Amino acid sequence: MEQTPYEYDVLVVGAGGAGLRAAIEASAAGASCGVICKSLLGKAHTVMAEGGMAAAIGNVDERDDWKVHVTDTLRGGQYLSNPKMAEIHAKEAPERALELEAWGALFDRTKDGRILQRNFGGHRYPRLAHVGDRTGLEMIRTLQDHGIHRGIDFHMEYTVFRLLLDDGRVAGALAYDRERGRFRVYRAKAVVLATGGIGRAFRITSNSWEYTGDGHTLAYDAGADLIDMEFVQFHPTGMVWPPSVRGILVTEGVRGEGGILLNSDGDRFLFDEIPALYKDQTADSAEEGWRYVVGDRDARRPPELLTRDHVARCIVNQIKSGKGSPHGGVYLDIAWIKEKISNSEDHIKKKLPSMYHQFKELAGLDITKERMEVGPTTHYVMGGVRVDAESQMSTVPGLYAAGECAAGLHGANRLGGNSLSDLLVFGKRAGEYAAAFAREEGDVTLDEAQVEAAVGEALEPLEREGGEGPYQIQHELQDLMQEKVGIVRIESELEEAIEEIGRLSERARAVSAPGNREYNPGWHTALDLHPLLVASEAVARAGLLRRESRGAQFRDDYPRKDEHFGKVIIRAARGADGEMVVEEIPVEPMSDELTRLVEEMG
Amino acid sequence: MAATRFRIWRQDGAEGEGGYRDYTTDVTEGMVVLDAVHQIQAESANDLAVRWNCKAGKCGSCSAEVNGNPRLMCMTRMSDLPTDRPVTVEPMRAFPVIRDLVCDVSWNYEVKKKIAPFEPRPPDAEDGTWRIAQEDVERVQEFRKCIECFLCQDVCHVLRDHHLHDEFVGPRFFVYNAALEMHPLDTADRLASLKRDEGIGYCNITKCCTKVCPEHITITDNAIIPLKERVVSEFYDPLKKLFRVFSGSARA
Repeated sequence: MEQTPYEYDVLVVGAGGAGLRAAIEASAAGASCGVICKSLLGKAHTVMAEGGMAAAIGNVDERDDWKVHVTDTLRGGQYLSNPKMAEIHAKEAPERALELEAWGALFDRTKDGRILQRNFGGHRYPRLAHVGDRTGLEMIRTLQDHGIHRGIDFHMEYTVFRLLLDDGRVAGALAYDRERGRFRVYRAKAVVLATGGIGRAFRITSNSWEYTGDGHTLAYDAGADLIDMEFVQFHPTGMVWPPSVRGILVTEGVRGEGGILLNSDGDRFLFDEIPALYKDQTADSAEEGWRYVVGDRDARRPPELLTRDHVARCIVNQIKSGKGSPHGGVYLDIAWIKEKISNSEDHIKKKLPSMYHQFKELAGLDITKERMEVGPTTHYVMGGVRVDAESQMSTVPGLYAAGECAAGLHGANRLGGNSLSDLLVFGKRAGEYAAAFAREEGDVTLDEAQVEAAVGEALEPLEREGGEGPYQIQHELQDLMQEKVGIVRIESELEEAIEEIGRLSERARAVSAPGNREYNPGWHTALDLHPLLVASEAVARAGLLRRESRGAQFRDDYPRKDEHFGKVIIRAARGADGEMVVEEIPVEPMSDELTRLVEEMG
Repeated sequence: MAATRFRIWRQDGAEGEGGYRDYTTDVTEGMVVLDAVHQIQAESANDLAVRWNCKAGKCGSCSAEVNGNPRLMCMTRMSDLPTDRPVTVEPMRAFPVIRDLVCDVSWNYEVKKKIAPFEPRPPDAEDGTWRIAQEDVERVQEFRKCIECFLCQDVCHVLRDHHLHDEFVGPRFFVYNAALEMHPLDTADRLASLKRDEGIGYCNITKCCTKVCPEHITITDNAIIPLKERVVSEFYDPLKKLFRVFSGSARA
């Protein structure tokens, strides 16, 4: 490359909550810092988060503290989380939330003027700091507006194609400019991956086009370990109609406000599907469920508020048994509360403003009067780059990961609200440790040959003539993952999926994307295929190896938890022959203090 | 449903000559303009450039002009558009085109950097934080709803027709200023810069920005007019002017 590389102490890939927080911290530590993002600044998926960020500040219930938060997180993750990460997260989240306020964020307030906190699934006390139902926007804008005054360089609408290595240590990255198609070489002493998830590997997803597993695959290709990839969170309620909005999230808050799930016979089917473990905590009549919704402390939760994995599976079963709604979902009804309260229309609009507008504007449906149609949607991946709990460094020296693309905090299942706090706590740590690494380890050398080879590879789809287009392969992969590696899994289908992913990978290596290099969506899609395929293969292979049902993974052929699999996590890495190797490794041990806490709190 | 005609702006690079090209695609129930554009991209214009992201009206990426109106393409339903003539889709006209429907909005990011950042007063509660009343938060939350789609910038005639980008920051950044100026903790002073560098005087409150805001922020009435009033009372109040003369303050 004749062009001079951009040089930074710390290069951050991704500008959502984790990437921005990492960049701010690295820069505060005196490191020169550049951020590369696929979209414009402020558009990353963090912007979509609604509910809030979990932090045991104890403003609403003074009994809350980090000890309760860490045990909630470990229980929610079915004890596969990295306990040290869960502990750090619970201890540091309050400080990160308060710091956001010092940077200009304006959370909703308690009566005495402190940060208000709300209830959410799996959190024992009201814990989520929030701004109505747009907490993510508040967070990303606060970080953005703070970050632009910190001397950080932002490279917007660039995609990183390959990480560059110097004798096993990360040394930089090759990226391409999405607007103009030019390549750019970055030399960096440390790199932080903060690229989010893999939702685009599935047909029905709440994720935008950006979530193609980039960070997962960049790390994997550089020799890093991935863990927990079998655990993909399917949110029970996404929109299903009209087709163009399929997958867009319908917040859990609808059920929290009294929304009920019905099949085509009008049955509230979840009453027949209450797991033994939750029998004592769940209402046994509609009447009791309603009392819970309106705050009766003696009433038990309606079954609609069972865990996300369970509700999603029950919905799938209804649809499979022919009791679905006309467009392949089930009904979610909040309008029915008019039987209970006189001003129900105003009440719904006030409590669920963005849901009211979302259905009104996108589906032409008035949720205060009509039932919604909903079905599960791919929402989040618990799996990702294996990192050190303290520093967030991967198994490749100088390569860090934070946020959704890193793994360890959430184990087999993530609690709502733990993602926004994850981004801040571990984004900050990744930035801090990456800056220290850059300072201590000194310079790296770029290998021209690596750069040239990567550029050549990236240009292949543009230069190749007569090959298949990339969209067909992308669509086939999304259908495959949806059908065979989705909410309900079985050995034979997982094996078929792995074989099919192999065939799709072959085809992906021969695609053509004609046109020029400026803003060429066909070319971009062609380059996204590799990360999508690597992430998909890891999900399928890990899902096959885990012969049990736990958290987000449900195996029809192994419908119960298995003691052995409660002690291991699954690691995926590239083997010596270039093939993916998956194997069991022990869960990180729990400290004596945490073991005691878990026993005490149940 | 019916085959629908579209006229979409195509332009090859910033220097290239642009023009409308005609396309036809089947529009089915519930489709929004962004879906139709994507369908055209898949069927007959693989290299049609369009910027988008969340597809739920929350990120503000897919701003364009649909039948001449500044809109988010993801929130504009096809069923709300007339069917007796082609649907025109073109990029925002207040910014240079990069390619097709994608324009260069980097100017906005440069402008924001020049505005004095948030500067909180020292914490006043014993625990090292602040106490803020909900009603003080709510006033500013309206401005903080902004998704930075820049449709208000696109429609503002000071930018669109008079190209005063060097002297005028546009409605988005008056909303940004208002969010900071009315923030219950902020202590920085932006009035001199609003008057001198940001050209708030150019706004003649035609309210075009308010009309196109997809977040329904009352830009003119709640952000711009109060800022104008603050600037006026700061710089044109005869008593304050007299005070400045005697105190030797150079601020003007």
